[in-house]
Amino acid sequence: MGGRDATMVLLDENGIRCDGRKVDEPRRIMIRAGGLKNADGSAYIEFGNNKILVGVFGPRDVHPKHMSNTDTGILRVRYHMEPFSVTERKNPAPSRREIEISKVIKEALEPAVMLEKFPRTAVDVFIEVLQADGGTRCAALTAASVALADAGIPMRDMVAAIAAGKVADTIVLDVNNEEDQAGQADMPIGYMPSLEKITLLQLDGVLTPEEYKKCVDVGVQGCKIVYELQKKALTDKYFGKGGD
Amino acid sequence: MDNKRKYVIPGDVITTGPFRPEQNVILEGDKIISTTIGISEIYDDAVKVITLTGKYIPKIDDLVIGKIKSHTSLSWELDINSCYVGFLPAQDVFGRDFSAHADELSSKLKTGDLVAARIANFDRTRDPLVTISDRDLGKIDSGVLIKISPSKVPRLIGKKGSMIQMIEMATNAAVTIGQNGWVVVSCESPEGLLKAKKAIEMVNEKAHVANLTDQIKEMLQIKDNES
Repeated sequence: MGGRDATMVLLDENGIRCDGRKVDEPRRIMIRAGGLKNADGSAYIEFGNNKILVGVFGPRDVHPKHMSNTDTGILRVRYHMEPFSVTERKNPAPSRREIEISKVIKEALEPAVMLEKFPRTAVDVFIEVLQADGGTRCAALTAASVALADAGIPMRDMVAAIAAGKVADTIVLDVNNEEDQAGQADMPIGYMPSLEKITLLQLDGVLTPEEYKKCVDVGVQGCKIVYELQKKALTDKYFGKGGD
Repeated sequence: MDNKRKYVIPGDVITTGPFRPEQNVILEGDKIISTTIGISEIYDDAVKVITLTGKYIPKIDDLVIGKIKSHTSLSWELDINSCYVGFLPAQDVFGRDFSAHADELSSKLKTGDLVAARIANFDRTRDPLVTISDRDLGKIDSGVLIKISPSKVPRLIGKKGSMIQMIEMATNAAVTIGQNGWVVVSCESPEGLLKAKKAIEMVNEKAHVANLTDQIKEMLQIKDNES
């Protein structure tokens, strides 16, 4: 496949991936709730080498007024990558890709957030990617969901997200940047663990129907691991380390 | 903590079975799920969650403290620390013979004035309607405004008003608590005012602590035989 480094081994004979992980092992994940004083809710996530900060405002007045909806609140999401988040300086103006990811994350959060409780208002989610290393949309969605809970916005469930994919003809969990560039398929999944519903499903690459089913299963299992860490982040902030 | 009370986050299944969902919970199939971060309570046949975060959402009959934001020739707009603005019609202050030509609204309430008001009506399709024509309501002339988190107001009031009564007794201050998290304290002695302010801020910071009443008592230096 069109990898940049032809000599790189994505998966060795012992089932160990290029960064030393097993096929069903996610990267190191650290989530912290709160941290920003001026935002109503916030979260910080380190997902492997991804570093993402999320701030949430609202519910608050909608400006411009014509965007408001008399039946329900609206959710607005901005996903933005810092100029220094990638190796070559990124133009800070919103790119086609960022606008698309903003929309995708917004639609993945909407089934969870109970906006109908706040008609004529808006909830704003600002996502800043400080450092990117593949899988930022999943990490951003995970952090955004923690920040929304921190802001006290009623939600039916948390949304946890992780990517599954196909690398060297094997289905793996949590595709990193190298595997994304050189691998065969990448499938980000957003999942509500208590309601057992998928809110985000994208697929870049080619999979057989069997591989597709396995990929979804692996992804959902991964989301449950992420969910436990979201839960821990919120419990640590609100109930101290002794919370149950 | 007994098994009826639990720390929950959004999406946590509190219980299953025939229970009545109350505040901050939803019924999904036969599962009762929390929608916010807080402490769940099961009593009789109902389940509710006391939230620990979030903004103030107006409820009919709530006492709130509002700040006059602006006025038109017919009504005032109040900042009530919510995502909606309070709407105070001029008739409420001037009476039924109010005339937009003869009466000037700023003669009664000016921008920046604080008022104690009650939510008269709120049905989600319009901004909350507030009234100040009742006993103990109206313009607040003196006192210090303290802003606390609206979700901690029940803690400040305490069981049957125990916490706030204790603070008022110990400091000789008069405390008006708005359900929207704004509190006005007035007191004749500056020491009492400072003490009451400190106690209220302490409740705001330590709302989750179990023996908070004792800690406040200690800070206010009340001896047990006095109170």
